[in-house]
Amino acid sequence: MILVFCELKDGQIRKPSAEALSEGRRLADAAGRQLGALFAGASCAGAAEAAKYGADLILTAEGATLASYSSDAFAAVIAEAMKAKGATVLLAAATAVGKDMAPRAAARLGAGYASDVTGLSIVDGKLQAVRPVYAGKAFATTSFASAIQVATTRPNVFAAAEKAGAGTMESLAAPAGDFKSVVKEILAKASGKVDLSEANVIVSGGRGMKDGANFKILEELADAIGGVVGASRAAVDAGWGLPHSMQVGQTGKVVSPTLYIACGISGAIQHIAGMSGSKFIVAINKDPEAPIFKLANYGIVGDLFEVVPELTKAAKALGIGSN
Amino acid sequence: MKILVALKQVPDTETKIKVAADGRSLDPADVKWITSPYDEYALEEAIRTKEGKGAEVVALSVGGDSAKDVLKNALALGADSAVLLRGDGQGDAFAVAQIIAGYAKDKGFDLILCGNKGLGGDNAAMGPMLAELLGVAQANVIVMLELGEGTFKAEREIEGGSEIVEGQLPAVITAQKGLNEPRYASLKGIMAAKKKTIEEVDAVPATVGTQTIALALPPERPAGRKLEGDAAAQAQALIQALKDEAKVF
Ligand SMILES: Cc1cc2nc3c(=O)[nH]c(=O)nc-3n(C[C@H](O)[C@H](O)[C@H](O)COP(=O)(O)OP(=O)(O)OC[C@H]3O[C@@H](n4cnc5c(N)ncnc54)[C@H](O)[C@@H]3O)c2cc1C
Repeated sequence: MILVFCELKDGQIRKPSAEALSEGRRLADAAGRQLGALFAGASCAGAAEAAKYGADLILTAEGATLASYSSDAFAAVIAEAMKAKGATVLLAAATAVGKDMAPRAAARLGAGYASDVTGLSIVDGKLQAVRPVYAGKAFATTSFASAIQVATTRPNVFAAAEKAGAGTMESLAAPAGDFKSVVKEILAKASGKVDLSEANVIVSGGRGMKDGANFKILEELADAIGGVVGASRAAVDAGWGLPHSMQVGQTGKVVSPTLYIACGISGAIQHIAGMSGSKFIVAINKDPEAPIFKLANYGIVGDLFEVVPELTKAAKALGIGSN
Repeated sequence: MKILVALKQVPDTETKIKVAADGRSLDPADVKWITSPYDEYALEEAIRTKEGKGAEVVALSVGGDSAKDVLKNALALGADSAVLLRGDGQGDAFAVAQIIAGYAKDKGFDLILCGNKGLGGDNAAMGPMLAELLGVAQANVIVMLELGEGTFKAEREIEGGSEIVEGQLPAVITAQKGLNEPRYASLKGIMAAKKKTIEEVDAVPATVGTQTIALALPPERPAGRKLEGDAAAQAQALIQALKDEAKVF
């Protein structure tokens, strides 16, 4: 069996989990295996939705001890479920939770682990993964030496595809309490905005923005085209009050949107490393020699303070709206 | 309090990646090696803890002779001692975690700090795997750390925000940019480090979890198109092209 750990939010499967499940279904079909979906929490209401993405079996571990996330509890749930079902492959989305818990679960299972993968296949009965290394400057094909194989899938890379599965429900026991570390509080979640690592459209600003307050024009463009705002390290480190979580690049986030618009960003190797996996790249820069143009599908040589508001206007005129 | 800081030697961020003749590893020619930037936040946090409440800081790296540079730097910055575990520090995260666990398990460390990922391998796996192998608490991608009596409180980055994790020591904590501002080595520190020796220990045998069987560069990007006209015309043309050609919207 291929088992996919899934996250719920407001009673619905999170998009990165739906993507992981869909990829799990594809692999299960190719290898003639069953697909299981695993949920854990105080309540797993909404888990039945996994059938829509092809889950043959839906496992739920429900209990008060799982109300708050803890890496040891969740790793224990995964390891028990894998053993109970004789599953040999575990997938999870490469989210904050996935990347925290999957390697711990892998170590518990004596398994190798591949993080943030962008391609998966089954070769000679075992998982094989392609993953970006050196922040996307290269891709490594990874094989597993262990009997059990664990991988996290990069958000926004695999398509979430609907395919009906049997969706037989089964519940698992939640672990007893007393965990080594537990999440106590969630702070300042930006309202409703998706994270850069999961975004489909990103509008990024660099040192050319001149000031943090000017990022407002990027927000307006992002709102008009359904995107989120990112930044270069120069902008984050400039003391403009931009959080590091906005930074795209080798020491920031490695992103994989469909569209990346770089405004006032020169295209230093460490920035390119984080965004070169974008499907379409637009560069807006007043320097025609800026290295970012070598990468861009579309280049605008000009002053971003003139161009960006025009883009917002043009997008609104075409009725693109947020999607 | 006894703190272990695990440091990895990685290619500099400026490195242009070239694939070696074997087709599955990095061509080391022209590569400059540095301490992984995330590990620098881990080391800084250890030194600040030592300065703040007193602690013994042991720097550790898994690797060969060249990894000694990373350890010398750590000694210059304020680590009390350094250990080189002779083994493949560039390899699989599971194997490295076993090697470090094998060394650390009976040494009574209260805290193990490392970067949230090794720059380059980008696996973000060694820390959580080490925590599991040692049977201790973990908190990853940390931007704030408070130590209590046998407990810790940490703020970790999550999608669109952060969360507070509380747990028991010993723990493995992985550092993120923002945790602190790493210092530079002082001349005095560098001179003092020269007098310290690096202990060398053979790595315990470890099981490999994964292998890289091929390394490839990303496909070339197609040549781009420069848009013409004034700002309004360029904007019009771009939005239209994204809609019609790229079908982004
Ligand atoms: C260890 C290390 C790690 C790093 N990690 C990262 C990382 O993760 N991410 C990252 O981004 N960088 C990273 N860097 C920094 C990187 O080397 C560059 O310094 C940085 O990316 C430059 O940011 P920038 O393009 O915004 O600024 P600059 O290089 O200064 O470019 C600004 C650009 O704005 C243009 N411009 C100015 N005004 C306007 C205007 N009005 N209209 C249009 N264009 C305008 C200019 O022509 C110029 O091209 C790292 C560096 C190191 C040493």
